[in-house]
Amino acid sequence: MSANLTAASRPGLSPHTRMKNDTARGGWVLLAPERVLMLDAIAAEILTLCDGNADIGTIADELARRHSAPREEVLGDVLEMLQELRNKGLLVA
Amino acid sequence: MSTAGPPLALLAELTHRCPLGCPYCSNPLTLDRVRDELDTATWLRVIDEAAALGVLQVHFSGGEPLVRRDLATLIGHARAAGLYTNLITSAVLLDAPRLASLQVAGLEHVQISFQDTEPGNADRIAGFQGGHEKKLAAARMVREAGLALTINAVMHRQNLGHLSEMIDLALVLGAGRLEIAHVQYYGWALSNRSSLIPSREEVRNAVAVVAAARERLKGRLVIDHVVPDYYAHRPKACMGGWARQFMNIAPSGLVLPCHAAQGIPNLRFDSVKERSLREIWADSEAFERFRGTSWMPEPCRSCDRREIDFGGCRCQAMALTGDAGATDPACALSPHHARLLATAKAESEAVIPPSFVYRRYAKMPHEEESPA
Repeated sequence: MSANLTAASRPGLSPHTRMKNDTARGGWVLLAPERVLMLDAIAAEILTLCDGNADIGTIADELARRHSAPREEVLGDVLEMLQELRNKGLLVA
Repeated sequence: MSTAGPPLALLAELTHRCPLGCPYCSNPLTLDRVRDELDTATWLRVIDEAAALGVLQVHFSGGEPLVRRDLATLIGHARAAGLYTNLITSAVLLDAPRLASLQVAGLEHVQISFQDTEPGNADRIAGFQGGHEKKLAAARMVREAGLALTINAVMHRQNLGHLSEMIDLALVLGAGRLEIAHVQYYGWALSNRSSLIPSREEVRNAVAVVAAARERLKGRLVIDHVVPDYYAHRPKACMGGWARQFMNIAPSGLVLPCHAAQGIPNLRFDSVKERSLREIWADSEAFERFRGTSWMPEPCRSCDRREIDFGGCRCQAMALTGDAGATDPACALSPHHARLLATAKAESEAVIPPSFVYRRYAKMPHEEESPA
């Protein structure tokens, strides 16, 4: 179990973490043991693609295509965000 | 008129009954009795009201929540309402069939308290023989069932020397999260402060041990560390600010801005028996009293941290200055701070008192023991 994610990692939410549409505040939240994370639209979109099957490289391809953004830049941003969630125990890969 | 956003979390204290007698228990000195406890139907309504209000997580706690026979029903109802469900337990009453029933109902996370890593000392602190072994067995059961586990370790001068061992124990038990909570001094803990308070040096060492462990265990174990604020320079943002994120329902149905709020005299609490959670959150006197910044005295009022730490802890201000509206004496800007530090130094360097004041029901004249 490597702590560092790469483009080949296949991330998914950890078993006890779930996304919820927070109707009271508007937007998506991540619920985990005694933690609530408010997700912005981009973070929610990235996490929706983290199904445990797709690797991060493929996820970056998809996001770059959707947003017509430079793929390497997208990959860097996605790795940074997911690594942070991984360190908090909210993501497995 | 309130402008508060919705609360994030609800602490549902189902009961004050508990087999343990921990001398730092967060329950109030005057404990609710079994006859005062809300019934199942009321809790079910309250859970619905919480979800509709925007609460995202419900923590089932106590006392020991496992003494309530309707626990699985309440957990199932909360999960169906979309709430993240957490059980905060001593675990000494947890067995495999009970755990299975809670899991089937939709329980997502279990937090088990440990009093120490050394069994004899752990049982002495809890005032319950054989408790430590039961907790170890229960923690293994939780992981075998595939549920998320947090270890809650309340630390103080009589177990802080075992901090590294506590981190190892959390790893061995397969916890995803370890909450190292130094005792905070209200209620029962305040009565036992001289038995519990560590020295500044011991706290400094603990902070270093935790920092090193966090780095080493990144991605394996999340460690939350609540330090004792007597040695702080600025106070903690207690509850993330009074009445900003959090509500607590006591066993009798009173709704509190924090679990220790009943230590503040002349504060009127509303009950879920009389009003909806939404109304209480919006304008209950107890919630409105210290919400926002307009209640603040100086030096808080003009402090650039007033919306970072919200003036610290109201219950601590009450306990140590006699005024719940004062700046928390944990803040170096409080005129009471020097006295607080001197007290901490004197008590932490003095000989440990021979015994604890254990958390127990006060005996009523016509009663023999606490309710079963």
